[in-house]
Amino acid sequence: MQFRLEKRREPSQLMVYATPVAAVVLTMVVGAILFSLIGFDGVGAVREIFLTPLTNSFKWQDLGVKAAPLIIIGVGLSIAYRANVWNIGAEGQYIMGGLAATWVALATHGMTGWWILPLMLVAGTAGGAAYAAIPAFFKTRLGVNEILTSLMLTYASVQLIYYLVRAPWKDPMGMGFPQTRIFSEAARLPTIIPTTIVHLGVPIAIVVALIAWFIMSRSVFGYQMKVVGAAPHAARYGGFSENKTIWLALLVSGGLAGMAGMLEVAGPFQRMVPGFPTNYGFTAIIVAFLGRLNPLGVIFAGIVMAITFVGGEVAQTTIGLSNSATGVFQAMMLFFLLAGDILIRYRIRRVVPQAAGVNP
Amino acid sequence: MPFRLELTGITKRFPGVLANDNVTFAVKPGEIHALLGENGAGKSTLVKMIYGIMQPDAGEMRWDGEPVVVPNPKAARKLGIGMVFQHFSLFEALTVLENIALGMDSKIPSRELEARIRAVMAQYGLLLDPHRTVATLSVGERQRIEIVRALLLEPKLLIMDEPTSVLTPQEVEQLFEVLRKLAAEGCSILYISHKLHEIKALCDTATILRGGKLVDTCDPRQETSRSMAEKMIGAGLKDIIRAAGRTIGLPKLVVSRLSTAKTGHFEVPVDDVSFTVRAGEIFGIAGVAGNGQNALLDALSGEIRSQDKDAITIDGFPLGLLDTTGRRKRGLCAVPEERNGHAAVGDFTLSDNSVLTARDRLGMVMLGLINSGAAKTYTGKVIAEFAVKALGPASIAGSLSGGNLQKYIMGREILQKPSVLVVSQPTWGVDAGAAAAIHQALVDLAAAGSAIVVISQDLDELRALCDTLAVINMGHLSPARPSGEVSVEEIGLLMGGVHGQTEARDAIPA
Amino acid sequence: MSTDLIIAVIITVVGASTPILIAALGELVVERAGVLNLGVEGMMLVGAITAFIIVFVTGNHYLAILLAAATGMATSLIFGFLTLSLSANQTATGLALTIFGTGFSALAGQGYSAKPVTLLGPLFPADLATHPIWRVLFGYSALVYFALFMVVAIWWFLKKTRAGLILRAVGENDLSAHSIGYSVIGVRYMAVMFGGAMAGIAGACFPLLLTPQWAERMTAGRGWIAVALVVFASWRPFRLLAGAYLFGLVMTMELYAKAGGGPLSAIPSELWAALPYLATVVVLVLISIRRDASTNAPACLGKPFLPSN
Repeated sequence: MQFRLEKRREPSQLMVYATPVAAVVLTMVVGAILFSLIGFDGVGAVREIFLTPLTNSFKWQDLGVKAAPLIIIGVGLSIAYRANVWNIGAEGQYIMGGLAATWVALATHGMTGWWILPLMLVAGTAGGAAYAAIPAFFKTRLGVNEILTSLMLTYASVQLIYYLVRAPWKDPMGMGFPQTRIFSEAARLPTIIPTTIVHLGVPIAIVVALIAWFIMSRSVFGYQMKVVGAAPHAARYGGFSENKTIWLALLVSGGLAGMAGMLEVAGPFQRMVPGFPTNYGFTAIIVAFLGRLNPLGVIFAGIVMAITFVGGEVAQTTIGLSNSATGVFQAMMLFFLLAGDILIRYRIRRVVPQAAGVNP
Repeated sequence: MPFRLELTGITKRFPGVLANDNVTFAVKPGEIHALLGENGAGKSTLVKMIYGIMQPDAGEMRWDGEPVVVPNPKAARKLGIGMVFQHFSLFEALTVLENIALGMDSKIPSRELEARIRAVMAQYGLLLDPHRTVATLSVGERQRIEIVRALLLEPKLLIMDEPTSVLTPQEVEQLFEVLRKLAAEGCSILYISHKLHEIKALCDTATILRGGKLVDTCDPRQETSRSMAEKMIGAGLKDIIRAAGRTIGLPKLVVSRLSTAKTGHFEVPVDDVSFTVRAGEIFGIAGVAGNGQNALLDALSGEIRSQDKDAITIDGFPLGLLDTTGRRKRGLCAVPEERNGHAAVGDFTLSDNSVLTARDRLGMVMLGLINSGAAKTYTGKVIAEFAVKALGPASIAGSLSGGNLQKYIMGREILQKPSVLVVSQPTWGVDAGAAAAIHQALVDLAAAGSAIVVISQDLDELRALCDTLAVINMGHLSPARPSGEVSVEEIGLLMGGVHGQTEARDAIPA
Repeated sequence: MSTDLIIAVIITVVGASTPILIAALGELVVERAGVLNLGVEGMMLVGAITAFIIVFVTGNHYLAILLAAATGMATSLIFGFLTLSLSANQTATGLALTIFGTGFSALAGQGYSAKPVTLLGPLFPADLATHPIWRVLFGYSALVYFALFMVVAIWWFLKKTRAGLILRAVGENDLSAHSIGYSVIGVRYMAVMFGGAMAGIAGACFPLLLTPQWAERMTAGRGWIAVALVVFASWRPFRLLAGAYLFGLVMTMELYAKAGGGPLSAIPSELWAALPYLATVVVLVLISIRRDASTNAPACLGKPFLPSN
């Protein structure tokens, strides 16, 4: 029996939404088989990574806290990728946002006032946007590939954290640990559900995604992003400047990554530490794709990714599986999703046997 | 002597179309045989079967009297069939020699290949430096590569698919010399075209196809252009819509000393172009492809902005510094040559494509938000008035056929009632019915008082449609002349400027 | 600066440059065929862990290199299948490959992190490398000579062979190559697999040539620098050689700045660590200022090939 790909007349909307779900399911099935084949407890791994975080209500708060930064960064990236602007340095922009917010927190240390957190939020967003402005500048002025510059800047920003917490920002009372002092009360994000770790960042993430969805589907800004990404030449003909779009895409995605950095440092971390870069910026790339570059989809994709993160930690303690298994599952999910993309434009047809008989 | 090629009862069916219906004809050795027909008459399908790209559903093919099956182009070349395609398959960044080497079926050491290439070039007067990069060559020179490539195989039948559509009249004459020489040496030539005067000048026999059927095989020298055209088109020739009571008014679009910067390596910029189009006038710009037409369209539409505000004015209002949006607001709409990806976004719905150019003129945007209802209504109107075959405003643009997409695009601009419309290649690759509809819409728009600029390579189209004609050549525009007063030869000479210059470049040793 | 120090510098620089050079050569061939594989970093990590485990278990360095090439190639096939057979987006697939390689290598390397192995020794007998000058020429392991050999071999392949011409043709104009009768997808599969094997070998350089141990993410972005170098070299092998050695110098500068004392040694070590990445940005910017640089890129780079029939 043979199969053949046949082009659809119009892209299938059903497949746009069905393939991400299929990718998650396939990852669980194939992951269980593959992990068993190479000598791990495959079924256990899938159960702990994908299901335990959902069935164990105690883990739900972790899901929210992990999903929030993924959603915020993922929303920004989904906007940039729509415009065909490949910002893959969100991790660096997230770090710079965290550092900018830390700077405000340290400068206002000991002070009280409602304005400190908003100021940190502005600083964090601006920090992320400013860092993303570097690839934007080089891309628009000189045509330098933004993939490489944004990524290289991420590696550099990690070193900046190390330097700052080792020398100028080091906690004098920290017994030599390379970390800043813990933020004052006014610079820490409040929890919104008492006795949990769910902080203000979680509802902010949802609101950001909803606003982004509205803007992307209804506004000229959203249209501009989409048209520049789909057909840059047509966009220019329609009166949209490609350079302006590149700037906007990078500033928005960088700014949101920076905002996520602020929320992380003021929320779960409450101080800057060398372990601040937690790969949210990279995982958010998968989130953006799994969410079909649609802010509403990103909410669900962010939750799925958060499940694998929380589940990865669970699997580490319960069945002793390395945390890095999470990365393998996440990559697998993206592979399946990308493989499924072809079904949007093509359908699989069984080749009718008699066709082979025409040319004996 | 047997026929070189003999086709009997060749039939080819595609879903919904009978592309070739029982076609029978024969080509003698050394004969130049025309295959004549309109777009869609089945000429291309027929030669694709001869060259082994497709297989016939029924019928027999004989080669030098022997029945043959040609399963693929390689087998065709082995028989001695060479083909020069309408669209060249060349590699811009590679040299002439490398391009030819890639097209050879067997590996030949490059020194030996170069010697053979030079020999063939010398024999047929096809001058070309084998070490030049293709990107630096003119269209005519590129065609020579394809011809040399075919001749190296010492073909006994050479198929030329619409070879002159991109050439200047002078280049055409040179090509004919080569073909006549080949025929004199015994090579048969199957010459596909719809240009009657060329066939009368070149061919010994003409086989005319219409709607997939063979209409007639005749001696073109015994026929008049009109009689052959009637066989090709069927019904009596329809005369051109033309001026029909249009009155030409005051100057509307005034372009003065418009120039663009050189952008890419191979894009020809516009150099000091000036012209005036009056209300109700259709102004045609002829020229061989690649002489600055794209830059001119971009400079007029606003994709390339001018440094000088007065370089472009409408009713005296300066537009030079404005971008496309600003110019559209002032009534200047444009349709670029490339439909999918430039004039329209293939992945978007028609409705979203209407937002692309009509959003400001038709009030589809309020406070930065798009009124998708308005876009949908307008798109529905375009579909209805221009008879676009589409399921509705939500159809994906890329799913439409070329002609239908072009009708939609023209409709989208024309229904905005622009005071100036600039269009490039309005009917390129569009079937005759759609082309007529588009021409009629342009004439109607002009009759309503708009100024229209048509950039086209199709001289017949321009002469039928336009009141005034000018020729673009290497970015320069010739003075405009009333189209009734210029002959084809004059236009040809103006277009041929390119040719002379490339020859001069060739003369300088590399 | 003494002669000994200069020689030591040259030897370290050559060593540090080798993995980047090998990976970049592979990517150069891939890109010349019109494919942009951003998964170099991931394939290198897979190669690195393969080489480490093999040498840890068998002690055979050459077997380790060979199998690293094999696993690198196998990883590249995931990319090849998705982008060539299913025409998935190359940028996204490349990123996914890097995420995969990072996770997979960490998973496979679980439990190997504190274990030592031995480095691959010099290719030539020690007698040849007694004098310091001779050491500069004959004092390296086989991987270094392999990298140099491949520079010449790839240049020759692309410039002088028919297969190389076909590969370039596929990268320049896939539709034309297809219409003449070449298998675009087949050629691209070959190129992607070659790139994968080279990335695997480049990864093997880390445990076999540089630091005799396994650490998660031990390639530290070198795969990305290799991708950047291909742009820097405007897709030419010999320029790649120069670029890679320049980067080797930048990466090892800290050692000598610290050793040499003076004002340079006061620079924080984090800045030195960030320098290769910042230098990559600077280099990309400088190369872009030269206008014609981008016109040298293969015309079909990164675009999926979709024959119409």
